[in-house]
Amino acid sequence: MHKLLEDSPGKEMLLLGNEAIARGAIEAGIGLASCYPGTPSSEIPDTFFTLYQEAGFYFEYSTNEKVALEVAAGAAVSGVRSIVTMKHVGMNVASDALMTMAYLGVNAGMVVINADDPFLFSSQNEQDNRYYARLSGLPMIEPVNAQEMKDMTIAAFDISEQLKLPIILRTTTRLNHLRGAVKFGPKREIKPKGFFKKDPFHYVAIPAVSRNLHKLLLEKYNQAWELSENSGYNQIIGDGPWGIVTNGVSMNYVQDAVKDLGIGEKVTVLRLGFSHPMPERMIEKYLRTVEKVLVVEELEPVMENEIRSIAQSKGIGISIKGKGDGLFPRLYEYDPGIVRKTISSYFGVSDTTPVMVDMSEVPELPGRPPNLCAGCPHRAMYYAIKQVYGSEAIYPSDIGCYTLGVLPPLSMADIVICMGGSVGSSCGFTAATDQEVVAFIGDSTFFHAGIPALVNAVHNNHNFTLVILDNGTTAMTGHQPHPGVDTTPMGVDTKTLSIESLVRGLGVEHVEVVNPLQVKKAIAAAQAAKEFEGISVIISKELCPLFARAVKKAKKARPFYVNQDKCKKHMDCINLLACPAMYIEKGRTMIDESLCIGCTVCAQICPENAIMPLKK
Amino acid sequence: METKRIVFVGVGGQGNILASRLVGEACVAAGIPAVVSEIHGMAQRGGIVETDVVIGDATSPIVSRGEADILIGFEPSEALRALNKCNENTVVITNIQPLPPFTVAIGQGTYPDIDKALDLIRARVRSLISLNGNELAEKAGNPLSLNMVMLGALVGSKVVPLDESALKETIAKSTKQVFLESNLKAFDFGVSASRVG
Repeated sequence: MHKLLEDSPGKEMLLLGNEAIARGAIEAGIGLASCYPGTPSSEIPDTFFTLYQEAGFYFEYSTNEKVALEVAAGAAVSGVRSIVTMKHVGMNVASDALMTMAYLGVNAGMVVINADDPFLFSSQNEQDNRYYARLSGLPMIEPVNAQEMKDMTIAAFDISEQLKLPIILRTTTRLNHLRGAVKFGPKREIKPKGFFKKDPFHYVAIPAVSRNLHKLLLEKYNQAWELSENSGYNQIIGDGPWGIVTNGVSMNYVQDAVKDLGIGEKVTVLRLGFSHPMPERMIEKYLRTVEKVLVVEELEPVMENEIRSIAQSKGIGISIKGKGDGLFPRLYEYDPGIVRKTISSYFGVSDTTPVMVDMSEVPELPGRPPNLCAGCPHRAMYYAIKQVYGSEAIYPSDIGCYTLGVLPPLSMADIVICMGGSVGSSCGFTAATDQEVVAFIGDSTFFHAGIPALVNAVHNNHNFTLVILDNGTTAMTGHQPHPGVDTTPMGVDTKTLSIESLVRGLGVEHVEVVNPLQVKKAIAAAQAAKEFEGISVIISKELCPLFARAVKKAKKARPFYVNQDKCKKHMDCINLLACPAMYIEKGRTMIDESLCIGCTVCAQICPENAIMPLKK
Repeated sequence: METKRIVFVGVGGQGNILASRLVGEACVAAGIPAVVSEIHGMAQRGGIVETDVVIGDATSPIVSRGEADILIGFEPSEALRALNKCNENTVVITNIQPLPPFTVAIGQGTYPDIDKALDLIRARVRSLISLNGNELAEKAGNPLSLNMVMLGALVGSKVVPLDESALKETIAKSTKQVFLESNLKAFDFGVSASRVG
């Protein structure tokens, strides 16, 4: 039995935050889970994927977050508990469905897990999705540790059913990727099938219906507000005159700081776990018991502004501070030190933080940016395209491992906006400039959001080349399958879509599939695409070597070496490919045989044929 | 209970995520409160991987600058880079086997002199334990057991309230049978190296 399916209430286990959410969903008896993977949320669906068949609920990796949310919605209106997971920018994609699902409501718990990414560990922006609760009118809850990630997932289903509304559970990267002790609770029975009772004048969101539904949403909002006033996740801790308001992971920093500074007697902490709607009466009562308030929240001053507004409307004039004024930044994540320092300066107590060692004599260290792996097929395709199109063409790129091609010496990404943005922006580049354009998009990203943009490109007669980097997996987020992947070896029965047929079906007249590790053929494909007038698509097809190794499809690595007698130090291998298996030692190019997987690309481009397979 | 803040730094693939998880699991098994913080995703592709383990009464999952009680470097230049996590009372344990980043190969930076780096660290912290973890892992019969060597060194340093047998039990639970012997051997080498250091 999977460790997270054990029916062993009371058992304690060290779980990743995301595993804790998955366990919570299982204890809540979910019937359906859907997602599009995205850091820092990916391990939630990945955990479901390892156990859903054994557990007996339905699970899918959906094509994108909007589809995933609609899948969950279909279940929830049919009386089946559903959970849908996504990263913060995925919520942008899903928001169209979310906004109206707030009107339609649900007949069984529907939990939307939203993972924000302060400091942009693995994202294109650090938007604060607490605003989505405000925008949609939906309730939002925010856990503070691994135990609560499990417990609040269960509570979320109950709240959702009480209100007949979807609910958003918001986490941040530090919560998703912490590991903490989690005590198991009892498991509710899984109910994977429900029944959809027709009610078109409730569920068909035409204007006449939606006018009523909007009113209904506002009524439910008031009910949610009452739940928030009485929620055990909104807590007033302590009875001192100094007020500290906090949420999410910051709660830990506040607790530790109060203890480190020895000011427990002087502080009253207001922790908002049921954070939308805000418990106004509770906040008013709190504001009347403290002398001044510091709001500790990462990213935007959401609680700060709302609390200040409550204070204003109740005629409470105490100082309420958070962002700015030399206190907290709106940028990036917080940490224990920042919170301790700011609390000590705001309340005028001496800071006990240890002094960091003197770093002034530490030499400047070489950067260690993330890099395309040794033998990565993306690197080979970038090389081929650059040989043909040079450095002048515009290279719109997309979201995935291949975005790492931005780094020199490859320098093969000129703009990245969002999922699918490479194809859409290329239409604009060809319309608004006379520059050549070659767009790059990964296979999973193409399915996610590239298809409508490619339809647009074909229909509107745009003229550029799209390279679909098909490495047979959703690599960056941890090798999840996508509609182009044969999942039979994973024990799952899904249909496999051919990207080539799809692209041809969309009306692209010039389509070529090429293995990028065959350098001459890849260059020829790039040349043919360049000469074609109109939309041309190159499908660069070769498995991600990390994935190939994981699914045991990798050929035996046969490392190469540089024959120093033949090498004339052109350095093309180093300067044009930037493969991490290569390095320079005393002016000589060397290959680290423990990293080289024998992709042969460097051997193919060496003008002296000096790179050869290692004889074992 | 006294709080101990541990920072592990290394390079993607060196296994420090597993090492920190094992410390967390050993703590939970021993009834010691612990919280572990990991970095996944983009940060893994050959980049720097930092994991934090906070043991004791604190609940924050991460360790701020200057606040580490122990810094464990899986790679010497990364230990030096992470020196900003240390204060004068920090114990630093580092592997001395360099793994230069690719930027050095393409002339975008200079790899530091290891002896000078170690001197720099030694002069600023309570103590420095340095060992060639890769050599010890090879000697244990499994080049991938560097993380076990470093775990052994952590336990051998006696800065954390975890004993050898507790951690070995945790290692045994999460190691495939084929690697168990070499992993435990690597762990023992780490313990001894740390004591001598």
